[in-house]
Amino acid sequence: MEVFQLLLSGLSQGCVYGLIALGFVMIYKATEMLNFAQGDMMMLGAFVAITFVNLAGLPFFVGFLITLVVMVGFGMGLERTVIRPMIGEPPFAVLMLTIGLGFILRAVAGAIWGSGPRTLDVPFAGSVLEVGGVVLGYENLVVIGGTALLCIALWAFFRYSRIGVAMQAASQNQLAAYYCGVPVKRVTSLVWGISAAISAAAGVLVAPVMLIDPMMGFLGIKAFAAAIVGGFGSLPGAIVGGLLIGVVEQFAGLYLPAGLGEVSAFVILLVMLMARPQGIFASMQQKKV
Amino acid sequence: MALLTVRNVETYYGPIMAIRGVSLEVDDGGIVTVLGANGAGKTTVLKTVCGAMDPRKGAVDFDGRDITGLDPDRVAQLGVGHVPEGREVFPFLTVEENLVVGAFSRKRADFSDDLEMVYGYFPALADRRKQPGGFLSGGEQQMLAIGRALMLRPRLMLLDEPSLGLAPTLAREIAGIVARLRSEQRMAILLVEQNARMALDISDYGYVMETGRIVMEDTCERLKNATDIQEFYLGMKDRGVRGRRRWKQRKTWR
Ligand SMILES: Nc1ncnc2c1ncn2[C@@H]1O[C@H](COP(=O)(O)OP(=O)(O)O)[C@@H](O)[C@H]1O
Ligand SMILES: [Mg+2]
Repeated sequence: MEVFQLLLSGLSQGCVYGLIALGFVMIYKATEMLNFAQGDMMMLGAFVAITFVNLAGLPFFVGFLITLVVMVGFGMGLERTVIRPMIGEPPFAVLMLTIGLGFILRAVAGAIWGSGPRTLDVPFAGSVLEVGGVVLGYENLVVIGGTALLCIALWAFFRYSRIGVAMQAASQNQLAAYYCGVPVKRVTSLVWGISAAISAAAGVLVAPVMLIDPMMGFLGIKAFAAAIVGGFGSLPGAIVGGLLIGVVEQFAGLYLPAGLGEVSAFVILLVMLMARPQGIFASMQQKKV
Repeated sequence: MALLTVRNVETYYGPIMAIRGVSLEVDDGGIVTVLGANGAGKTTVLKTVCGAMDPRKGAVDFDGRDITGLDPDRVAQLGVGHVPEGREVFPFLTVEENLVVGAFSRKRADFSDDLEMVYGYFPALADRRKQPGGFLSGGEQQMLAIGRALMLRPRLMLLDEPSLGLAPTLAREIAGIVARLRSEQRMAILLVEQNARMALDISDYGYVMETGRIVMEDTCERLKNATDIQEFYLGMKDRGVRGRRRWKQRKTWR
């Protein structure tokens, strides 16, 4: 029954990649900017959660919710102060800015919380669920369940809320959204806020199975691979791409020679780029120029 | 006092001056048309009015208030609907979602009567309310773009070449609806057209633009009878000179 356990831990790891990829794709769709600090936003979210849960001693779910709110504020503030002035600059400059931002976030997190690894106190740590001889770690189930809930909430938000539909409109045709009276600048801020909060949720969900340290954001690189594998610009694709990479990584780590597990994400990326460059979910979001 | 006043506006694309000192007025409840060949600067005038472009000189007043330099979402919130050139519907939103986004600036929860109003003017949209905007035909997209602007309940509607690329019967149908909108919805309309005949038929007052300037203005009755207009925009007078006619045809190309 090893297969089930591998599958489960692969899926839960994949959920984390998928969530980071989701935040990455959301920002790309709204602004055509690539935010290479997305993984570091996850790291920051995990540390903020540690502050509220471990240090302030709040109940886990309360601390989690506060973390999401704080990170929405962080994302919006970041957009307002650092990103918005870059509108109209070459994409390369924006990319460099977000890479630099990652360095800053890692340095700041190290200064505040120290560089040693930490663990988030979670109520379900270490407990297992046994179903028909298969031992399933609670942490993994929580990651998968939490990701599923988050995806449903996001889907409903984009589908049914006025502001969510306006967000889609602004990403499909920015000028037309302006003509409709959609405050595109504020909407873009909110996209950054939601994207930061999704990354933070990924950080909190992964916390029980991963040690938290300022460098953990580097796993964001695999999330970018997931975004491309899923079909860049597709939100469901980001999750599916993340799950695929997470699962393959687990199996490759066990059955293939040592070291191949770590690089399997990029092998998948290469294979995908050669076989189906448009990704699993071919993005229909052709932007008007 | 006029609802919209554009005073001596100059607007640039980078170093290129696209409109060179344009002034025009639209009265409340009136239809005003701006005629001109491709590249004359008509679209730029509308973009300057709605705030998508800021003029380097001059001013735009709407409803007694200076709106020069406001962002386009603020201008829309003041009651200026914009039907842009090329329709620009949201391709992956359904027809109904497109319309609901059009009402974004209005603080209300329920837009069913507004939707009914739009579907009343454009029954074709009602049949396709669940389809993505990108799947509609050109004529239906034009209807959707007009409907989306109507959802704002605008006091002034900017219409950029609504007949462009449509079959003549469809263009006439749209023109008929534009004329009805003015009386039934009590809104003013600033209509930009290359199709001069249709525009002059439904408008009260007209301006003629050439290379960024207004070269003629008058009531539409008198413009229809002006020989220059008849010759260059309505294609009525048949001069025997071939070169002259070719030039005329090129001016009204598309
Ligand atoms: N995006 C742009 N960049 C540079 N020049 C432009 C741009 N759009 C229009 N122009 C120029 O501005 C002038 C006016 O264009 P426009 O307002 O679109 O004319 P019209 O709507 O009457 O066809 C044209 O000479 C055109 O070449
Ligand atoms: Mg034009």
